[in-house]
Amino acid sequence: MAARFELRRLGLALAAPLLAVAFAAILTSIVLLIAGDSPSGALRTLVDAAKRPRIQVQILNLATLYYLSAIAVAIGFRMNLFNIGVDGQYRLAALLAAEVGGVVSLPAPLHVTVILLTAITVGAAWAGIAGLLKVTRGVSEVISTIMLNTIATALGAYLLTEHFAVPVAGSNNIGTKPIPASGQVPGISLIPDAPNKVFGLIFLAVIAGIGYSVLLNRTRFGFDLRATGRSETAAVASGVNVKRMVLITMLLSGAVAGLVGMPQLLGDSYSYSLDFPTGIGFTGIAIALLGRNHPIGIAFGALLWGFLDASSVALDLEGISKEIVVIMQGTIVLCVVIAYELVRRYAIAQEQRRVSRDLSARAPSGEPEGVPA
Amino acid sequence: MSASGLTVGAPPEAPRAVRFRLTWRVGLLAVLAFLLLLSFVRVVSDANDLTSSGTIGAALAAAVPIAMAGLGGLWSERAGVVNIGLEGMMILGTWFGAYAAFNWGPWYGVVFGAVGGVLGGLLHAVATVTFGVDHIVSGVAINILALGWTRYLSSLTFANYAGGGDTQSPRLPTIDRVSVPGMNDLLADLEVKRWFFVSDLAGLLRGLTVNVSELIVVAALLIVLSYFVLWRTAFGLRLRSCGENPVAAESLGVNVYFYKYAAVLVSGGLAGIGGAFLAIVSGNLYREGQTGGRGFIGLAAMIFGNWRPAGMAAGAGIFGYTDALQLRSGDTSIHALLLLIALLLFAFAAWQFSRRGRRWATVVAILGGVTLATYLTSDTVPGQFTSAAPHITTLLVLSLAAQRLRMPKADGLPYRRGGG
Repeated sequence: MAARFELRRLGLALAAPLLAVAFAAILTSIVLLIAGDSPSGALRTLVDAAKRPRIQVQILNLATLYYLSAIAVAIGFRMNLFNIGVDGQYRLAALLAAEVGGVVSLPAPLHVTVILLTAITVGAAWAGIAGLLKVTRGVSEVISTIMLNTIATALGAYLLTEHFAVPVAGSNNIGTKPIPASGQVPGISLIPDAPNKVFGLIFLAVIAGIGYSVLLNRTRFGFDLRATGRSETAAVASGVNVKRMVLITMLLSGAVAGLVGMPQLLGDSYSYSLDFPTGIGFTGIAIALLGRNHPIGIAFGALLWGFLDASSVALDLEGISKEIVVIMQGTIVLCVVIAYELVRRYAIAQEQRRVSRDLSARAPSGEPEGVPA
Repeated sequence: MSASGLTVGAPPEAPRAVRFRLTWRVGLLAVLAFLLLLSFVRVVSDANDLTSSGTIGAALAAAVPIAMAGLGGLWSERAGVVNIGLEGMMILGTWFGAYAAFNWGPWYGVVFGAVGGVLGGLLHAVATVTFGVDHIVSGVAINILALGWTRYLSSLTFANYAGGGDTQSPRLPTIDRVSVPGMNDLLADLEVKRWFFVSDLAGLLRGLTVNVSELIVVAALLIVLSYFVLWRTAFGLRLRSCGENPVAAESLGVNVYFYKYAAVLVSGGLAGIGGAFLAIVSGNLYREGQTGGRGFIGLAAMIFGNWRPAGMAAGAGIFGYTDALQLRSGDTSIHALLLLIALLLFAFAAWQFSRRGRRWATVVAILGGVTLATYLTSDTVPGQFTSAAPHITTLLVLSLAAQRLRMPKADGLPYRRGGG
């Protein structure tokens, strides 16, 4: 009985994202048909592209960045804290970490550690501003993190052009001083026949995922965090200091956000220049929603996003506007959140029906009992 | 998850005996006092663009899209739906507005911009009202979706037009400008004299009355109209009751879903008009990323205005002003603004001190001291920072004022019919 119930819950949990992806596929197909393109052709192009080893490596690399970003967002989400500012946090962290990495010279493992610690500190500090404003002044973190994103852009542009910049060889791009070999993390040839390599720091994403899972499910802090997210009043009643929790959670979220740019920086760019990838923080929000803040769900979401982004380049060659992929991503997110809500309501209705059935079956046999747990 | 989020750090304040009322007289006095201060700062730091009619006119034009987004947020949040998707609805407004303006004429652009925003609002309403999805989650999704749609649509349409491209439309026909007759000649003379206060007042009036786009006039009327509809009609009362206590409203026979839908659709339409304004009047073309987060700043303006139209308009005016300053000899003007901010911070600290908020007064005074020191030790503000001036102002204002604000009671909370 219990096993069957668990199975059913698992089925319900999987039904939502699958339904949503299917529904998004239908909607996107309609859009493609209206524009005069063939949906099946577009899908085939995407899948064919993903069969190429070079694209597969790109998918893994993109997914690594997206995964870290989504975990950073999810830490806040679990406690009802909306860190929309992951984008600014990781960009500022990457810039300062790149500068530190380019200026100091240390033996290899120490060099990498210093760079990573810088990134973590900067990300946490930038997120901490929003946390501090929330606990001391009651400023909604939604608004403050959005504002901090733009301020981070301005601050970053100022620091880069006025203080850190050296010309990038062979272009009119500018960037920080390149990080020497001791600070780089070599790539892994994970996929045979691929000309490019998987980021060495892909293990950072794995560690972040495991750490996230352990923190939330195996520690007292994680319990308090989830409790606060579920019911703030109940958490306060059981002795949780919500202000402290908000600040720590924001710092943690920012610390992970600081790591988002690291696989790219230490595995490929080696310097923070004007063309460093932007917008990963917002992608992280979408993926955290898609993966339901679950470490494995997020991994699937990150891979799906990586697949769509990396393969979409092939669409342009077929004469299909690759922006269709962004429509598909947005539709998936909206469908997923609606599907989760529908499934949740369905599950509650089922539960109520089950309880009432149990009660009515028991009622004639004796005096009324409490609701079975 | 609930969009109202955690509410720490905002302990309920005891209701004050005398409630502050923003009347016409108080508002006018506040504007005059602010102008006096600006005038002082202008004379001290010799930054004549601070109150020139050009700056005021630009500030007015910059304030309109922010105010439209803020007004949209006001409608939706008064009915209890947090609308962080305003940015996306604005983005839809820019594309729809530009497409219609290019093909049929600027006023069609305004109407279709509103239609684009309404489509975004419809999505938000379906997700949040019908399906009970968390409001912020839905809003974030709409922002992503709107970006994808407009990019896709642009690549299908503008890319094929002469002078257009994947990320930008050809030049658009613009909307006529109007002036109050006689004002220009009268005020232009006064303005160039650079007299203390008199010239500043002339600059302000000239900026507000001469060469103003007709759409700005429409936008101002929309704000006034919104006030009357929301606060002076039965429809508005019922709509606001859905934001304060939907269960009570339901028990009185109000169709809460209908009012929430209406509010969110109007909200989207207003944000769409803001987007159309950016494309047709401000930019004269559609460009990707044109909104630049103005939907969010509009939301901040609404919070600054305590969920009231007049306060929201004042907030939009302040953000529009900083936005305009950075475009008009930005480095010196924004530098002069540092002095103004320092003075305001000191005033705020003194006021806090008189109310026995010692610790906070000290923090604000130190902040003011740092700002003043920056002003005295530097000549200009680096150009990169001027673009972030509205955002820094937003943060500053919110951290000074957030605790005195009262949002609609059921704002962001899920509601289901019969669920009370």
